[in-house]
Amino acid sequence: MTNQDIVAELLQSIGMPVGHGLPEDVARLQVHGNKVVGTHLLPGLLADVEEQPDGIHAVIRVKNGVKIAKPIHICFGLLPERGIQHIRLEIVMEEHATASVLAHCTFPNAVEVEHKMDAVIQIQPHAVYSYLERHVHGDKGGVLVIPKAKISVEEGAHFKTEFELIKGSAGKISFDYEATCKEKSILEMIARISGKGEDTIQIRETGLLQGAHARAILKTSIAVRDHARADVYNALTAAGPYSRGHVDCKEIVQGAAVARATPIVEVNHPTAHVTHEAAIGSVDSKQLETLMSRGLSEEDAVELIIRGMLS
Amino acid sequence: MGVLEVRNLTLVLDNKKILDNLSIDFWQGHVHALCGPNGAGKSTLANTIMGLSGYTDIEGDILLDGASIRHLSVDERARRGITLAWQEPARFEGLRVADFLLAGAKNKRRSVAADALKTVGLEPDKYLNRAVDKTLSGGERKRIELASILTMQPRIVLMDEPDSGIDVEALEQIFACLRIFKSQGTTVILITHSAAVLRQAEHAFLMCNGRLIDKGSTSRIYRYFEDKCIPCAHINEPVEEETK
Repeated sequence: MTNQDIVAELLQSIGMPVGHGLPEDVARLQVHGNKVVGTHLLPGLLADVEEQPDGIHAVIRVKNGVKIAKPIHICFGLLPERGIQHIRLEIVMEEHATASVLAHCTFPNAVEVEHKMDAVIQIQPHAVYSYLERHVHGDKGGVLVIPKAKISVEEGAHFKTEFELIKGSAGKISFDYEATCKEKSILEMIARISGKGEDTIQIRETGLLQGAHARAILKTSIAVRDHARADVYNALTAAGPYSRGHVDCKEIVQGAAVARATPIVEVNHPTAHVTHEAAIGSVDSKQLETLMSRGLSEEDAVELIIRGMLS
Repeated sequence: MGVLEVRNLTLVLDNKKILDNLSIDFWQGHVHALCGPNGAGKSTLANTIMGLSGYTDIEGDILLDGASIRHLSVDERARRGITLAWQEPARFEGLRVADFLLAGAKNKRRSVAADALKTVGLEPDKYLNRAVDKTLSGGERKRIELASILTMQPRIVLMDEPDSGIDVEALEQIFACLRIFKSQGTTVILITHSAAVLRQAEHAFLMCNGRLIDKGSTSRIYRYFEDKCIPCAHINEPVEEETK
């Protein structure tokens, strides 16, 4: 297979039609297993990618004051049924830089695939960075996903990460993100995951609001069905004066699935404030009966409610 | 014979008789109003007709076109043409208005959802992609719920307090919907305390303590309701001669 064929197949698996080329003003990085199969950079966006036996090591840097207008498209994937992909990632957003990333992680045929990511993300003062990671898995549930990230959000910077795994079988996920926020910075960590069959989902998100007026939200929405299990640990500590935070965890449980949520909130300064809410249970009966009173079967109504919650 | 017949309906909740041997006929294509003091059993009757959970353990029967629906689930009743507009509509986090409006629609075209929104006085461009969640006011959700019923084109609509949380202007749009239902031959059952809403109906029923006290023209029933039920000297304790 040529690199072009691999890219075409990766893109097809995430719903982009074959032959659909990204415009010239869209930066991209496409990695299959441990091979870089496509790159396109823009002025002010640097990517130093090294292929390693089990994956890649990449340093991505957006230079001081550079604003990347359109989302950078990243695709990590593995087409064979078995394999390992270990992504070691360093991201540096220099001062006043702005960029967003749309990352697809696609394992459409996975029977026994391990996808690990170890990321160190540095958002320098007044930089803005958002990262949407969308996973596309096959139906066999044979993916072990272990993303870990250490994030520092410097003064006045804004970091937003969204992790989405709604299509296909989640497999086993062990997610661990840890962020430290300086003065007047903003942190948003959002995860939306659907689990079924024998999937197991572990989410661990921690945020430390060190600086004055730092703000954060940790938001997790999970739906588990069949025998799937979800365990969510969200911890937010507000230590900076006037720092504000909110932890929100919603889990819908169907069938023999099990969900657990552990929100930890800690306040170390008298002017700081953190709130949390966690809701775990079956689908709300009023929502369900509203849709059923429009003629939807119970199954279709549950599906629509979950789709909405995870959207 | 009505299109929808409630026959000797009794419902007991927490050892209290909420509906007490109630019999009412609703007529095809007519707009009916159910009024009565708080706790009379009006909303309970609507919930029981719809078959909501907690309202199915009944004595008596509910007939649609002469056939019992008492053992049918909510969705089966809906597919036979019955639906309910809640007094306090549900919120759906993340569910787009367009998807909500088309969930039970016979015609799934987006233009159908847009037209329904226009009918209830909401601009499609502003609302179709919003979520049916807490960012909408109670009045907006109420109108969106009504729009979802318009797209469904039901045979029978139960509307629980259609004016609650609604401003005067929006109320006119809700009345416009009632006229549409009427023109389509839809049977409407309004649950209300409001004279303005009651005036939209062609027939009225007065309930108290789970029983039917009186029925007749809307003006007569409303006069009775105003005179004797607010404040009600016999709230939930109808005097014997009135129940005869």
